[in-house]
Amino acid sequence: MSGLALQNVVKEFGSFRAVNNVELTVPHGTFVCMLGPSGCGKTTLLRMIAGLDLPTGGAIRLDGEDITRVPTHKRNLGMVFQSLALFPHLTVGENIAYPLRIRKAPKEDQKRRVEELLSMIHLAGYADRPVSKLSGGQRQRVAIARALAISPKLFLLDEPLSALDAKLREAMQVELRQLQQQLGITTIVVTHDQREAMTMADTVVVMNGGEIRQAASPIEIYRRPADSFVADFIGQTNLIEAEADTVGHVSVLGQPVPDLALPAGAAKATLSIRPEDVHLTAPGAGAISGTVTFVRDLGGTIETFVDVAGRQIVAVSTPRERPDVTVGQQVGVALTPDVCVVLRK
Amino acid sequence: MRREPPQTIGDYAPLLFPAAMLTIFFVVPFGTMIAVSFFQRQQGGFYTPAFVFDNYGRFLSAFFGGVLGFSLMMAIAVALCCVVLALPFTYMLTRMARSVQVVWLVALLSVLSLSEVIIGFAWSTLFSRTAGITNILVALGLMGEAKALTPSFAAVLTGMVYQAFPYTVLVLFPALVRLDPTLTEAARTLGASPLKAFFTVVVPALRNTIVATLIMVFIFALGSYLLPQLLGRPQHWTLSVLITDQAIYQSNMPFAAAMAVFLVLVTLGLVALTVIAGRKGEAA
Repeated sequence: MSGLALQNVVKEFGSFRAVNNVELTVPHGTFVCMLGPSGCGKTTLLRMIAGLDLPTGGAIRLDGEDITRVPTHKRNLGMVFQSLALFPHLTVGENIAYPLRIRKAPKEDQKRRVEELLSMIHLAGYADRPVSKLSGGQRQRVAIARALAISPKLFLLDEPLSALDAKLREAMQVELRQLQQQLGITTIVVTHDQREAMTMADTVVVMNGGEIRQAASPIEIYRRPADSFVADFIGQTNLIEAEADTVGHVSVLGQPVPDLALPAGAAKATLSIRPEDVHLTAPGAGAISGTVTFVRDLGGTIETFVDVAGRQIVAVSTPRERPDVTVGQQVGVALTPDVCVVLRK
Repeated sequence: MRREPPQTIGDYAPLLFPAAMLTIFFVVPFGTMIAVSFFQRQQGGFYTPAFVFDNYGRFLSAFFGGVLGFSLMMAIAVALCCVVLALPFTYMLTRMARSVQVVWLVALLSVLSLSEVIIGFAWSTLFSRTAGITNILVALGLMGEAKALTPSFAAVLTGMVYQAFPYTVLVLFPALVRLDPTLTEAARTLGASPLKAFFTVVVPALRNTIVATLIMVFIFALGSYLLPQLLGRPQHWTLSVLITDQAIYQSNMPFAAAMAVFLVLVTLGLVALTVIAGRKGEAA
């Protein structure tokens, strides 16, 4: 099979399990974002794919070949570090040519490839500058170009954009995605920024506590999160407990909701409702009722906070569909199957 | 950050004490030495004030030139050996656990507490025929019979490298600790073996530190006086030994002063050359 496969990968530091039985298949040419809070094991997993750390168990295969014990420098990959790790004693051109020089490529080939890469990253003519004279965004591009110099089998990036300011970061996300699609290179990015993951990835891998919680396309992750951790971590959501009685009648926060059904046999579940899906109606009739406690008008969006039996539910709407409510008013929150995702307990 | 330059004489007050110390304990003795180097020596006596170049003239002979050359060569050899040994050692040390680092650094610092005399006699015992390390080689069957390794050039070099090694490590240590470990990791992901990464990234990135360390050890070794006498033959004696010999045993202060001044000038010249060469390399 072409692509990267992680089979039952485990990494232990002493008695601490940083990565726990990770199974993942990355088909050739896909863009994967590993997303999770800090300490979730995503960077450790990336370092094992790069060969900088050795797994304590399991196997890593690249294009069908077991590379678990292959030393880093023989894996033919390109990696961009969080610190960028540009060599301070080399110029921009020498930095980009480094992987070619190490492989003893002919001088003319090195020069040609450096020119090619520099124009690809819109820095043509910068070859002779020292890296210390570059701006943050330019250094970022040089690090990317250096990692791509040998047309690697795998392109790995560890929090590559975290040092950039917000605007530049968004621009670089788009640029990085376009570059990846243009080159068709298998790419794995580690990030804690869910916007970044949603922007760039074919597949988002959400990790927590050393385990993969869900691996799916960004829209799938957003629309159908596998569990409450994923639902809460990706975007904003309202998580509400739901209960079912013995004959399957569902109640939410003590109020009956006849339209909903929980998985067969489940007495309890968590509902995830995205704020933009919360529809405020008149109290009664298939909705749970609550009191409006606060309305935050941000101009572009309006957030309405509703208190239902002590739980706060947030509704987000655009000015066009602004709900006609005031603080203290009794409203109904419509819970229909198309807006509620029922999460396993 | 730029500060305002001092406005009144009072603002210079904090400089007074160090300036006074430098004047009393460095400028005045050094000036005296320069003056004495031009004085006339009295045979069987001391010296009388004069302004003659005899002392410098006498120095420009094949014998003293040879000793000067040997001293410089020896100091350069010690500096090179120390840096070549200490750089990989310190690099690995900085990548060890904190507790291991502390043990090593304490051990190295304790070597600094040893006086040159103790180091010299310890090595002369280790290199001796009767009690030296060759006896171990004989016991292991690697050598036919025990022999003395001292006096010899190698013995002097070993002793001096041993003495200067802790300084070298301590000077290199902070720079290597500060070196971003992702630089070598990046080199490895880009296709360099760990050894290649060391030579293509660590060594060039630390070039200025390495040059500074070479100069420091060179100057340190140039002043060595006891070890060449304890571990070497007379032809391994450095200029420092000869200066002491002239000043104390031959009572020829003017000539000793002239040699010392000459040594200072040559040393400064060499250091300047190294710095200029380093700057040129950086610009290229």
